[in-house]
Amino acid sequence: MSSTAGPTAVEGEQGGEGASAAPRGPSRSAYPRYVAGKLAGAVVSLLAVLVTSFFLFRLIPGDPVAFMTGGRPVSAEQLAAYRREFGLDLPMWQQFTDYCAKALTGDLGTSYQFHTPVVDKITEALPNTLLLTGTAFVLYTALGTFLGTRSAWRHGGLGDRLNTGLALTLYSIPSFWLGLLLIIVLSVGVDPIPGLFPTGGMESGREEGFAHVLDVAHHLVLPVVTLVAVEYGQTLLVTRSALLDEMGGDYLTTARAKGLRDDLVRRRHAVPNALLPTVTLVFVNLGRTVAGVILVETVFSWPGLGGLFYQALSVPDLPLVQGLFFVFAAAVILMNTLADLLYPMLDPRVGR
Amino acid sequence: MTSETTGSTGSTGSTGSTNDTNRTNSTTTSTGAGTGTGTGTDSTGTTQPSVESGGPGPRALARRRRRASVVRFWREYRRHRAGVLGLAALVLFVLVALTAPLTVGSDVDSVTDAPGQPLESPSGRFPLGTDQFGRNLLGLLVWGSRVSLLVGLLAAALSVLIGALIGITAGHFRGWYATVMMRITDWFLVMPTLVLAIVLATVLSRSLGTIVLAIGVTTWPTTARLVRAQTLAVESRPYIERAKALGGGHWHVMSRHVLPNVMPLILAQTTLIISSAILAEATLAFLGLGDPTVVSWGGLLQDAREAGSVSSGDWWYLVPPGIGIAVVALAFTLCGRAVEAVLNPRLGVSR
Repeated sequence: MSSTAGPTAVEGEQGGEGASAAPRGPSRSAYPRYVAGKLAGAVVSLLAVLVTSFFLFRLIPGDPVAFMTGGRPVSAEQLAAYRREFGLDLPMWQQFTDYCAKALTGDLGTSYQFHTPVVDKITEALPNTLLLTGTAFVLYTALGTFLGTRSAWRHGGLGDRLNTGLALTLYSIPSFWLGLLLIIVLSVGVDPIPGLFPTGGMESGREEGFAHVLDVAHHLVLPVVTLVAVEYGQTLLVTRSALLDEMGGDYLTTARAKGLRDDLVRRRHAVPNALLPTVTLVFVNLGRTVAGVILVETVFSWPGLGGLFYQALSVPDLPLVQGLFFVFAAAVILMNTLADLLYPMLDPRVGR
Repeated sequence: MTSETTGSTGSTGSTGSTNDTNRTNSTTTSTGAGTGTGTGTDSTGTTQPSVESGGPGPRALARRRRRASVVRFWREYRRHRAGVLGLAALVLFVLVALTAPLTVGSDVDSVTDAPGQPLESPSGRFPLGTDQFGRNLLGLLVWGSRVSLLVGLLAAALSVLIGALIGITAGHFRGWYATVMMRITDWFLVMPTLVLAIVLATVLSRSLGTIVLAIGVTTWPTTARLVRAQTLAVESRPYIERAKALGGGHWHVMSRHVLPNVMPLILAQTTLIISSAILAEATLAFLGLGDPTVVSWGGLLQDAREAGSVSSGDWWYLVPPGIGIAVVALAFTLCGRAVEAVLNPRLGVSR
């Protein structure tokens, strides 16, 4: 992959969203302006992330070069060479303009520990993270919405109380701890049960074709189960309280009065109205999922962005940490923008 | 279906009434405080007793009302069984943490004179076994609760302080200040909080202060938004106009009228944030970003992982710290939800 792939891909995706969303959306003249406003906001946020990450990494007490050499005895010339290589000998404002210019052309610097461009490391790991996160996101959103709807519809009942209690408990459990426990029980194996799943990684590396797909799926099970377990509670609680807010609505009484079956009242009348706050919060909470992904990938040695982040932290490999920080923040901002663009389709009152 | 509707009308009925009493109560306390200071500055306090016509003074009255509202709060709170359970768990953990110097002693984390063999499984002498240095794990667990609770409380306090300050000022001062502040808040709100905290903890020196700072400065935006919304609602009420007409300045309005009214919200928010702060502290320690010189639950888990207890199946090393984190975090969450449900029944948290 070329070193410009990251940000240009990001730009392209953003443009694509705007272009594909506009014709499908409600054909109102206000919608393009709504989209333009949201996209402009996203661009401002991304620039803010860029600026923040520059100054955040200048907070470091001491010399970054000393970090790099890790206390090995290095001659003064070598130190100076390192400084020149990473542009640390320039004045602060010049470092900043260089940094911005480079970042905008898709150059996030060179990793201290791998000596390869940060963008290359990120594009290498990105598909693996997308596979893990995407699978988990679909599953926990589906599970949370389903259980949340049921919980709210029969609220106060035994099922509701069990559901809410379990969701709150799992929500309070550290994801990395749950992952470690699952490895002990299901991968290493407790005496009567043999290890059912691999302890980590993404593939065993021997299979080809369909067997390879199965192998990756086998490796995917435990990380996905961990992520879903710690994340679905949030969706459940949000869906539940959004639906509870709709339960007293007169239109539901009307729907029942005209003789609709209970599940039709729920599916066609109550749930669509409860969907908007749910979608908002599901996307706002994506930041939490990013944190979960970092920990789960660390625990399961998944070769994705989160695992890379952990490797970079332990050195610390600052350009890589910086680049990944930008990618994580950008991902959440982009997903939130996407959610903003979806609202007018879910609720015609938005974006008028 | 019928039971459904009666259930919900019943609950809305009761919520309506509690809400009303709540509102009148908080209004009266703050106006009480307002008259106290107002007349104090206007007429040097001489008119005060005659207004009350021989009854208790306004301050005593305000105090009595406040006490009554605390009693009412507790009566409501007691009805939430999960909240009471959470509170009991918290009291237990706080007692354990406070008495730790007496029960386990501060030399429990010393590596040099460890009492047992490395990685012993649980026995009568070491109920939770030992770690790779032969230290007593039960002692370490008890000692670690101090750091986890302390960091959680301090980080939450910092976070709520920033959030309340920004929320109240952004709600009170309109115009460009509020716009800028809310833009910053929104920006922080979409940022992945923990990633930001991790980056802060990486670039700053390793210490408990860093952890508190990293968690505190990244988790305030939710509080700021909630407090601002409540501030806007309070400021639209007539008694604020009255206070301003009597010459109350910005500080007076914010501290004497807005603050008492957003306080319940801040209280509920603090309880909920402590829970996530404890989880965040454990996470940072697990990633090796904590203070390496202190024992904490997250740090114990990191030690356990590095000692290879996952592959060798040393469950006694790995399970208890995680249970500690989960139980404390859950207890704070349950308390926070109960407080929220008592103070704002319309939120629908635990209906």
